[in-house]
Amino acid sequence: MQRSVVVYLVGRIAQSLLVLWVVVTFLFFLFRLAPGNPLVAYIDPTFTEEQQQALMRQFGLDKPLSVQYLVYLGNLVQGELGDSFFYRSPVIELVMEVLPNTLYLTFTSLLVAYGVGVVGGILLAWRRGSRLEQMGVTFTLMTRSAPEFWVGMILLTVFAFNLGWFPSSGATSPGTLYASEWDKLTSWDFWRHMVLPATTLALYLHGLPLLLMRSNMLEVLDEDYITMGRFMGYSELRLMVRHAARNALLPVITAMALGVGYSVGGNVVVENVFGWPGLGRMLVRAVAASDYPLAQGAFFLIAVVMVTMNLIADVLYGVLDPRIGAGQQAQH
Amino acid sequence: MSVQSASLTPAAQEPRPVSGLAQFVQMNLEVFRRDRMALVGACIYLFFVLVALLAPWIAPYSPLEVIQENGIWLANEPPSPRFYLGTTNLGRDIFSQLVYGSRTALLVGFSAAVAVALIGTVVGLVAGYYGGWVDTLLMRLADIAFGVPFLPLVIVLVALLEPSIWNIVLAMALLLWRDTGRVIRSQVLTVKERAFVAAARISGAGDLRILFLHIAPSILPLSFLYGSLAIGWAILTEASVSFLGFGDPDVVSWGFMLQDAFVSQAMSRGAYYWIVPPGLCIMLSVMAGFFIGRGYEEILFPRLRRS
Repeated sequence: MQRSVVVYLVGRIAQSLLVLWVVVTFLFFLFRLAPGNPLVAYIDPTFTEEQQQALMRQFGLDKPLSVQYLVYLGNLVQGELGDSFFYRSPVIELVMEVLPNTLYLTFTSLLVAYGVGVVGGILLAWRRGSRLEQMGVTFTLMTRSAPEFWVGMILLTVFAFNLGWFPSSGATSPGTLYASEWDKLTSWDFWRHMVLPATTLALYLHGLPLLLMRSNMLEVLDEDYITMGRFMGYSELRLMVRHAARNALLPVITAMALGVGYSVGGNVVVENVFGWPGLGRMLVRAVAASDYPLAQGAFFLIAVVMVTMNLIADVLYGVLDPRIGAGQQAQH
Repeated sequence: MSVQSASLTPAAQEPRPVSGLAQFVQMNLEVFRRDRMALVGACIYLFFVLVALLAPWIAPYSPLEVIQENGIWLANEPPSPRFYLGTTNLGRDIFSQLVYGSRTALLVGFSAAVAVALIGTVVGLVAGYYGGWVDTLLMRLADIAFGVPFLPLVIVLVALLEPSIWNIVLAMALLLWRDTGRVIRSQVLTVKERAFVAAARISGAGDLRILFLHIAPSILPLSFLYGSLAIGWAILTEASVSFLGFGDPDVVSWGFMLQDAFVSQAMSRGAYYWIVPPGLCIMLSVMAGFFIGRGYEEILFPRLRRS
């Protein structure tokens, strides 16, 4: 038993690394396909041919592709992502600087979404067949179908431009500097900036846990032990929360870890609408500016977060659900 | 309904087998007859298809035409009988853009859905039927596809190759076959143990014949289910990519309209007539995909049906 757990974990981690390797390799060749000289930001029109060649040598762009690839892999393993063409500073510093912002936004919106989703799902299952359920499911379907950036634009128009309740862009007011990450996290200003983007994301994300919780609850409510509880005279509230919800919650928790991975990738759009200085916005700006090292770095980090979260979801699933032996693959 | 299929309904959560073309067509019709939401979804698509086909007659202006009067641009006009939804900051008719946007949405939606469903179905069929290393290889590929961040990949691919809707379709085809492939594979695993497959083999049918003539028809509804979900995904993806500014600048789409509105301060001017309609159209078309998908699901997995 113990051994099979270890074997499973090692296999699962190896698989995650394989995914990352494929992503990285794909990225490398994709960016080499890109049109134009990647050093365009560096090359001044007055440069002579020799100066350009010297620059190419400096970045190792004169070596054969296979050598470039191996150097690239070797550097990656050491956390060396090269220098940004545009900012002229190490990519790793630039992406690590904005990574926390993306994570704050992701976790805040996920917490809200899963809180609302779980409670909402219980409520809708409790009031099954009612008008409330119908309206709740319709609303959720609408938010799941609406493009996130459009919801964001409408929230901005109403609450930022029209009513002026919240700022329209950024994570902090212009000119604000915080002594530490902790100061920022405990500041009123930061959270005021967080409200609209987090609401936008939560509006989209709450659909999955809500629908999942509702259908799990409906499934569980058919079980014998609930009928039994009813015979025992337990109150409906107690049956719902203590008996049914507890058992319906498990798949929702697993879905949450998957949700983190998904929404880090999906954040791209929301971060751009709200000018939120995170990984997604950095990726889009880097791609638009042909800043290839930075774009590669941002993409790589997004992939790392996603793969890690998928791994955690799988392991959690095995730990939480005793019916799934750790020896067998958890299938979703 | 035939007696045979009725007797199979209460079985476990396992799609009912369908064989023969006639029965297959009948089943597809049944989806829309029995599920009202699926019918609503189909009507929404029908509506957009009609609008797309009749666009030149419905739209009063060309979508990118700058409308002028006495040499002055009619920019930022509010809605009026002349411009149903007003004009953009460059004097373009918003209603006409909305009408023409349906063409792009449908083109992207349907071609991506076909690509995703086709690749996923073939992968699932081959992996499930042959098993062994073929299966292992294909399913590892699916695992990898699951690990790749979808929207970032589409952005990078489209920006590096060339901004065109076909590259968006390509990016979707590259990644999104994974869901369809996995589900169909596990379905094939159960179908291939059925008696009719053994019967076909005994009567001397080859692998390919068994795979595509005997097994494929019984899993096709699943391909339709994932295909109809992919339509919505594709429209949403195209809109997101265009919104981020990586769309084809010559193709008017709903995402393009929203990007235009976003960068030209339509929000601070409170130009709801510009912002709301394109998003509503995207939402409706994605919902229609969900509805149709749900219809197939209820026919495929009758146990999910609840009163």
